[in-house]
This record gives sequence, C-alpha cells and structure tokens, in this order.
Amino acid sequence: MAIVSTSEFKSGLKVMFDNDPCVIIENQFVKPGKGQAFSRVKIRNLLTGRVIERTFKSGETLETADIVDTDMQYVYGDGEYWHFMTSDTFEQYTADATAMGDAAKWVKGQEECVITLWNGKPIAVTPPNFVVLTITETDPGVRGDTSGGGGKPATLETGAVVRVPLFVDRGEMIKVDTRTGEYAARVKE
Amino acid sequence: MSNHITPVYPESAAIRSADDWAPTASLEHLKARAALLAAIRAFFAARGVWEVDTPVLSAATTPDCHIDSFETLYHGPGAGAGRRLYLQTSPEYAMKRLLAAGSGPIYQLGKVFRNGESGQWHNPEFTMLEWYRPGFSYVALMDEVEALVRSVLPIPAADRITYRTAFLRHAGIDPSVATAAQLAEQCVPFGMHGGADIGDRDFWLDVLMSHRVAPALRGEPPVFIHEFPASQAMLARLVPADPSVAERFEFYMDGVEIANGYGELGSGRETHERLINEQRRRKRHGGAAIAVDARLIAALQESFPDCAGVALGVDRLLMLAVNASAIDEVVAFPIERA
Repeated sequence: MAIVSTSEFKSGLKVMFDNDPCVIIENQFVKPGKGQAFSRVKIRNLLTGRVIERTFKSGETLETADIVDTDMQYVYGDGEYWHFMTSDTFEQYTADATAMGDAAKWVKGQEECVITLWNGKPIAVTPPNFVVLTITETDPGVRGDTSGGGGKPATLETGAVVRVPLFVDRGEMIKVDTRTGEYAARVKE
Repeated sequence: MSNHITPVYPESAAIRSADDWAPTASLEHLKARAALLAAIRAFFAARGVWEVDTPVLSAATTPDCHIDSFETLYHGPGAGAGRRLYLQTSPEYAMKRLLAAGSGPIYQLGKVFRNGESGQWHNPEFTMLEWYRPGFSYVALMDEVEALVRSVLPIPAADRITYRTAFLRHAGIDPSVATAAQLAEQCVPFGMHGGADIGDRDFWLDVLMSHRVAPALRGEPPVFIHEFPASQAMLARLVPADPSVAERFEFYMDGVEIANGYGELGSGRETHERLINEQRRRKRHGGAAIAVDARLIAALQESFPDCAGVALGVDRLLMLAVNASAIDEVVAFPIERA
C-alpha cells in the first residue's frame, strides 16, 4: 500500500492506524503564522467504529489501507455466517457477526448490500437504506387510528423490533429505514 | 518542509466538476473584499502612511523553519543559466530596506505565498497587509491595529494579555518555567501522533497555543497576546526590562490569529545572528538551506529607524467581517481552482 503524508489527508481516505484499518472523517490544517503546522484528524476505526482524534505534525505519514466497497447480494445465512455474492463475477464472500453488525437485523435474502473489504475480507456490511419486511408479532391493530400517535413495538421476520403506528397488523409488510431503524411506510402488495 | 512525499494527482488534472470554473466565493463576498481593501487604503491615506509595492519575486526569503517558500527560476538577460527566485512569504525584508532608505511610515497590501498551507483558514497564496511605523512603540502599534480593524468592522474593545497570562489562564501552565516534558504532558489529550519525545519547548508551546489557547478565545472579545517568549522572538526586540520575552504581539479575533507584530529589531548584527540560528534550526528540521539575505543585513547596518511593524491577514479579517466559515468563501479561486 502507498504511504501518504499529512498534505494528502482528506476525509474519506482509508489509512492504517494502530494496525487497524481506519477512515479519516475530518482533517483540519492548523498553523500559527510563526510556528509548527499540524493536522488535527478525526479517524474512525473501521473494525470497532470508534472515533478518535489525533494530531499529526505536518509531513508525518501513514500507510493507506486496502479498503474497497463492493456491491453484493445477500444470498443466505447459515446461522454463523452471512453469505454474499457479487452480481457481475458471482464471487462469494462470507461475513461474520462482527462485520454484519446491525445489518444482520435488516436482511433476509436478495438484498443488494455494500460490503467493505479490507485486504479482500468483509469487515463491514451496509444494508440498503430501505428494506421491506413482514411483521411477525405485534399487538392487534386499532382500526381507524391513522394518527400514528403513540405507536407500539413490532417484531419483524428478521427478529428486528421497530416502533410502528397503532393501525398496522401482524402479517403486514412495512418499509423500514435501516439508517435510523424507524418505520417508514406500510407496503401493500 | 523538504520531506514532502510526491503527491498523488488525480488522473485528470483538468475539470473535476461542472462548476469547477466558477468562483468559490459569492460575488457579494468579493465586493466586500473590494470595499475592505478600499477602506484599508483610506485608513492609511488619512494617517499619512504611504503605499509601497515591493517585488513578489525575490532572491532572498525567510529561513524560518516553519515557513516553506515557493521557488521559481528566472531566465533572461543577466541570468542565462537561470537564477533562483522565491515568491515572497511576506514583504518584510524589502519594506525594511525601504525603511533603511528613509521611507518613513509605509504599508503594503498584496499577495504573499506559503507552500504547504491549505485549510479552513489557509490558502497557499493570500493577501497580507503589512505596515511599519517609525517612532511607534509596539504598544502604540497595537492601538493602531485595533483602530484599523474598528474602522472596517464593529468590534468591542480589545483585551491585552501577556503570552504567559494567556497560557496560565487557558492552558493551566506557566510557559516561562515549564519544561518540555511538562508541556508535552499537557498535550496528551490531543493524541499527538509520534513526536512525544520532542524535547523542543517551542514545539509544545505551539501545540498548546493552537489546540488550547486559541480555541479558548472563541466567542471572547478580541485580544492582543504580547510578550512572546524570547525563543519565539523572530525579528522582534527583546523587552529591555525582561529579556526572557520579546516585543512581539499577536492579535486574535474569535480565536483566530489575525495579525503578528514586533517592536522591530534594528541591529544588523543581531538580526544576522537570529537568522543564522533560524538556519540551524531549519537544518535540524530537515528543511532546505536558505541563505541569509545579505541586502537586508546591509540595509540594517546602514541605518534603521526605531520602529514597530505588523502583518495582518486580510482574508481572515474579511472572513470575520462577512461571517464566512472557510477561506474559500472569500477568495475567488482558491488553490484547488487556481
């Protein structure tokens, strides 16, 4: 991998830091008119999600990380691993629970996800922004109440629990925003 | 510095986006710039300070180890093999040569260049206002800086605190006695990458100044921080009553450094010594060698008035005047679109 100096730091750059792949999320150039220049950097560890702040002297270097985001289809889960496939080359990849993170709550099969590969291995999975899932468990619907006020918990076919309006019922399909984990709409077939 | 890694250029160095040709600053901000430049010129005209126009290209530049000069080659009559010229990082040396020639009070409003400096508050090419006042103490010059800023921007009365007080108040440490190790310890929360073994006090003072003191001044009235440590005197006189500090001030508005001024060191011999020291420091930091400007030293030795001088960042003043959050909002074509 390449070596990058502070002058090439920018948000989105994937670098190795403390032996982990990280992404620079903010880079601020700081310099007194007379005096040492610094880069104040916010870095997110791509394995743990933790964000740290570091100050680099201008001219210091980091190694870039071999990080690639690839579109893949979620094929199936075997209870321990989640299996994905690229739609163009049909290459298969398996993600473990750590790499799946919250994405495991939202996928049941066929979804197009973005898989982050580090040195060719999945380290993170981003589900589609919206998924459609069936409600398997919730209190009976209250007819006529379309206010959406209040709401109730509902368990989805993937096991995820989301708050839904009072009028939706078990067996119905709903659209969920995976970025917020919130109910978006009822889906009629 | 000279240890730059060869940058990675995008495959196409040409147009990156559909609006790549357009100014990053609004026309409203650019007109505010024009008005600011006019107001600055009016301020000095009313005070009998005359505008000078010294070369942007110069055979000499600063050996300051934290400033990286652009250089270029002149080919032509008298320089068939090409002669190295630097783009000025400040008009200081040339203006001091004019002062030595008896110019009296002068100012300059123009472009200066510093390689490697780009960010929210930095563009490698920027507009600097620099002026010199024979017969002024550096304290009187602080008054004039405040008057100039007030003539273009309504500001509350500026505070004045010493560098030591600023550190005691905002960094909780006495910069006049703390060791490098003690200063380094204060910098632990900033997650210094490497460099924790640096035994240079000024390095850690710079970290604390930029990470702790300056941020603490945000939202506060403007403030002059004066009496910088003698180790950061640059070309400022030392304070006669306390030579551990220098007649140097910086003016901060909303936590942003706007100006840097000195009671000017008049002695050619002492200036020469300081520049030689800076050369050594530069060499230790791995910087390219920069010769001492013999014309500056000769001018100072000839005759130099007792005076104070200051440089002020016009782009930053404009940013504060129009409430811009990045320098791109007040510069028509910053380096990415230059």
